[in-house]
Order: sequence, then C-alpha cells, then structure tokens
Amino acid sequence: MLRFITRRASLSLLILFLAVSLLFAMIHMMPGDPASVILGPKASPELKAELNQRMGLDQPMLAQLGRFYADLARGDLGVDVFSDREVADIVFEQLPYTLVLVLAAIGGATLLGIPLGCFSAIRRNSLLDRITAVMSVAFIAIPSFVVALYLLLWLAVKWRWFPAMGAGASGDIADQARHLVLPAIALGLGWVGYIARLVRASMLEVMEENHIRTARAFGLPERSIIVHYALRIAILPTVTILGLGIGSMLSGALFAEIVFSRPGIGKLLHEAVITRNYPVVMGSVLVTTSFFVLSTLVADVVNAALDPRLRDSRRSS
Amino acid sequence: MSTRFGFLKEVFASLRKDPLGMTGLVIVVLVLLASVFASQLAPHDPLDVDVHNRLQSPSWQHWLGTDQLGRDVLSRVLLGGRVALKVALVAISVSLSAGLLLGMMAGFGPAWLDRLLVTCFDTLRSFPTIMFALAIVALTGPSLNTVIGVIIITSIPVYARIVRTQTQALRDQDYILAERAMGASTARILGHHVLPNIAAPLLILASMDVPAVVAMEAGLSFLGLGVSPPTPSWGSILNDGYSYLRNSPWPIIAGGIPLILVTLGFTFFGESLRDILDPKLRGKGEAS
Repeated sequence: MLRFITRRASLSLLILFLAVSLLFAMIHMMPGDPASVILGPKASPELKAELNQRMGLDQPMLAQLGRFYADLARGDLGVDVFSDREVADIVFEQLPYTLVLVLAAIGGATLLGIPLGCFSAIRRNSLLDRITAVMSVAFIAIPSFVVALYLLLWLAVKWRWFPAMGAGASGDIADQARHLVLPAIALGLGWVGYIARLVRASMLEVMEENHIRTARAFGLPERSIIVHYALRIAILPTVTILGLGIGSMLSGALFAEIVFSRPGIGKLLHEAVITRNYPVVMGSVLVTTSFFVLSTLVADVVNAALDPRLRDSRRSS
Repeated sequence: MSTRFGFLKEVFASLRKDPLGMTGLVIVVLVLLASVFASQLAPHDPLDVDVHNRLQSPSWQHWLGTDQLGRDVLSRVLLGGRVALKVALVAISVSLSAGLLLGMMAGFGPAWLDRLLVTCFDTLRSFPTIMFALAIVALTGPSLNTVIGVIIITSIPVYARIVRTQTQALRDQDYILAERAMGASTARILGHHVLPNIAAPLLILASMDVPAVVAMEAGLSFLGLGVSPPTPSWGSILNDGYSYLRNSPWPIIAGGIPLILVTLGFTFFGESLRDILDPKLRGKGEAS
C-alpha cells in the first residue's frame, strides 16, 4: 500500500510539475509581450522595460522558469502587478471563501443525493425512482451558471428570499450562511443527481449480494438491512467520488462566485484575466490545479485502500 | 446499404419506446433546424440597435423582448444557436479525430510511446478545464477560435484515453494476431479492424459531449471571454442580461432556456442512444 501511495504521489507531482511548466511556457511563448498588454499600446519603452525587469521577463525563459520554481519552493508566488501585494497572500485570502462554498455544495449534494439514490434503488421503477432518474440527468446536464442566474433572478431579485450579492458581513455567521445558500445550490445541484445515480447503481448491486440475503434469512427488519448492511457498502464509491467532486468544484465555483459577486478564487482569477494580471492568473491557476491533482490523488488512494485489486495494476487506465 | 438502413430502423424503433430519448431527439432536430435557418427565421436583424425600445418585455413585435440596446432577443437567440452548434461541431470533430489517432498510437505503439503519450494526456487533464480556459484566454485575448482551441486541447486526452484502452483490449484478440501473422501492416490493422470496433462507442460519447461543449462556449462567452461583442451567443446574451438584471429579466430568461433545452435534449438523446447501442457504457457519464 505504501508503495502504491509513493508511486501514485510521485506521478501526481510529476504531472503537476509538467502542468505548471506548460502553463509557464505558454505565458512566455505567446506572441506580443505582456508589458504592452498590461500597460497599453501607448506605454513608453522605459516603462515597459521597467515592468519587464520587475516581472523578470527580460531573462531567458529557462532562467525565468528556474527562478519561478525557486520562489515557489519558498512559498513565493510573485507580486501582483497592480497592487504590489504578494500573490500568495491574495490567493490564500480568497481561498477560504471558495472552500466554504465547495464544502457547503458537496455537503448538501451528499445529504440529498444519498437518500434519493437509496430510495430509488429500494423502490425500483416507482414514480420516485423515475422522477429521480430524469431529474438527476437533467441536473447534471444543465450548466451551473444558468442555474445560478435563474436562482439569482427569482429567489434573490424577484422574491428577495436570499441576498443577491457578496459573502455576508464578517463575523455574522447567520448572515454568511444566508449568503451561502444560493451559490451552494447552483454549484451542488449537478452533484445531487450524480451522487443519486451512483448510490442507486451500487445499492442495486449490493442488494443482490449474499450477505444481504443472509441477513434477510435471519429475519432482520428490512430497514435495518438497508441502513446497516447495504447502504454502508453502497456509499463507498460515493466517498471516493467526493474527492474528485471537491477538486472539480473548486474551479466550477467560479461561475457561482461571479454570478453572486462572491469573493473567492474563481472571481479573483476572472478579474485577473480581464486585467491581464499574469502573476495572479498564474498563482490562482497553480493553487486550484494543485488542489485538483491532490484531490484526484486522495480519491485514488482511498479507492485503492478499499479495493486492493487496483493497487497492483501497473498500467491502470 | 439495406442492412445499414435496417439498423437505423431498429434504432429508431427502440427510440420510439423511450419517450425521454424521443423528446431529446425532437429537441435536437428542432434546434438544428432553427440554427441552420436562423437568418430566415429571425424576425429582425439581430444586430439592429434601437435604443428607444430598449429592455422591453415580450410583445407581438418582439416575442422575447429586447436587450439593453433595443436589439430583438429572439433573433439573437436564434443566431446564437448557430455559434453554439458551430463550436460543438468543429471542436468535437477535431478533438475526436486527434484523440482517435493519438489513442491508437498509444494503444498499439511501443511501450515508451504509450508512456509518453499517457503522461501528456494526464498533464493536460490535470488542469481543471475552466481554469485552463481562463489562463489561455488571458494570454490570447477573447475570441471564438480560442474557445474552440481550448475545448479541443482539453477534450483530446479524454477521447485518446478511451481509444487507448479499447485499442489495448483489441490488440491481443486472436483475429488481430492472425492478421498480424499474415503480415498485415499496422495501418491496415488499425484502419480495418480496430477503428470499426471502437467507432460506435466513441461516437456515442461524442454526442454526449455536445452539452458540455455548448455549456463551455456559453460559459466563456458569459464571462466575456468568448465571442466578441456584437456577435450573439447564448452566453453573451446572458452576460448582457446579467448587467441589466434589475431592469428586465427577459434577456436572462430568453438566453437560458435554449441552453437548458439543448443540454437536456442532447443528454436525453445521447443516453437513450447509448442504452440502445452499447449497454456496456452505462454509468460512464461524468458530472462537471
């Protein structure tokens, strides 16, 4: 198991290294120099030269990449072009907002999705099962930003049930929770359907197994069989999916953050892209990609811990 | 040819028993028709500015109202469908072809090539798609071609991975070994034996990818990073509507509905098609 973890973790590190280098190379190979993009076409050559020097853009690319990694090792993500603040500070200031949103979304999706999937499996082909089946496919398909916009339109602007903007007053937990509801629904809705489908499928599989039949033969009440014997096993695949969910939601949160003007990594990145603030773009993509790779890694390791067959497959596909 | 039509008939017969799949097919066909004949169907010029009649609610003259510049929203929605489907068609066909080629190379080629390609695929897949898209747009500036390029780059690894797995599974089959023993070239084996076997599941996956690609284009255009301003796209209609949300809800309602219809239509149709053609693929769809 330890060998598996080491191998899998080093692969993740390699991939992350390649991904970051790729991103870095792309920034530097693009036609047109960042300085004139940032300062505008009418900037004086001296100003451009100064900015290039400040951003280290006047050195050869490999030297820049080396310096970038050296800085990264010290936790230094560079300096914001406009505000002169440390990019790491800016990114980690925004990260908690996104994390709270993601956790609320995935938590809500799990709390709704597991019972839905469970009931659908038990009452197979019932009306509830059919409705759940259609709804889960629909929830997965509809883009989250459209959901966010409609929620904003009706629940916040028209009916004023929930606040439309921001993350709530700091220190006021109830206010923050109210601000969290709509973005979390927009972000988590697709996952409700996904988790429900997953739980349903694995529930159906588990209910056919011998130990369930044995439990039935022993005359255990159906409810106890479902909760204590079937569901406990059936939610395992969901647990591993949650890892992936958190990773992909960290970036998916971007739309909810923008629609509801909520601080967070996504909103930060969007603003940085609009203003061509490369160090901030680089920093926020780096942090989210790391989280993404890390969560995939954790999901894989948990998966392997649960299913030993996966550990030995050298060339897993 | 007759067998091929017989096959289509069979698919259609199964589809008729699945109301959801049939609904999906109807939506897909309607949207395709509406996009192809968008210029003929549009009651007004989608770029025609009429500031006196801005942000109007639906009326007989403007069925879906007007936007902040007084442009007819219905006409913009119709033309926007063209953008969405063009992106989907170009992006999916290019990434499918490239993924097919690279996946077969990885699955059939020497081990070092396989390892190299798989590392490349995994590297590209390690970026969350939307982050990758934003980073690229930050570099190149917003344009529809950038959107298509980003979707192609992020989709190739997905297709290539699947093709690779399928190719590997086929590689050791007896009839492929026999073909090899008879001295068939790699190109012949791949083209005549591997390709027909993996084409069907791949096409189903591709059709199920349409909603994701359409959502991606609309999402980037919504962020102001896709189509450039006067061109209508469902995403840019939503973006305009978002800025004037408190004045009129109609642009948002009108821009969102086609997106919901198209994503649902293609998903229901794709799922139904998959269940009919290839039950083994069940449960492979992924949430975004």
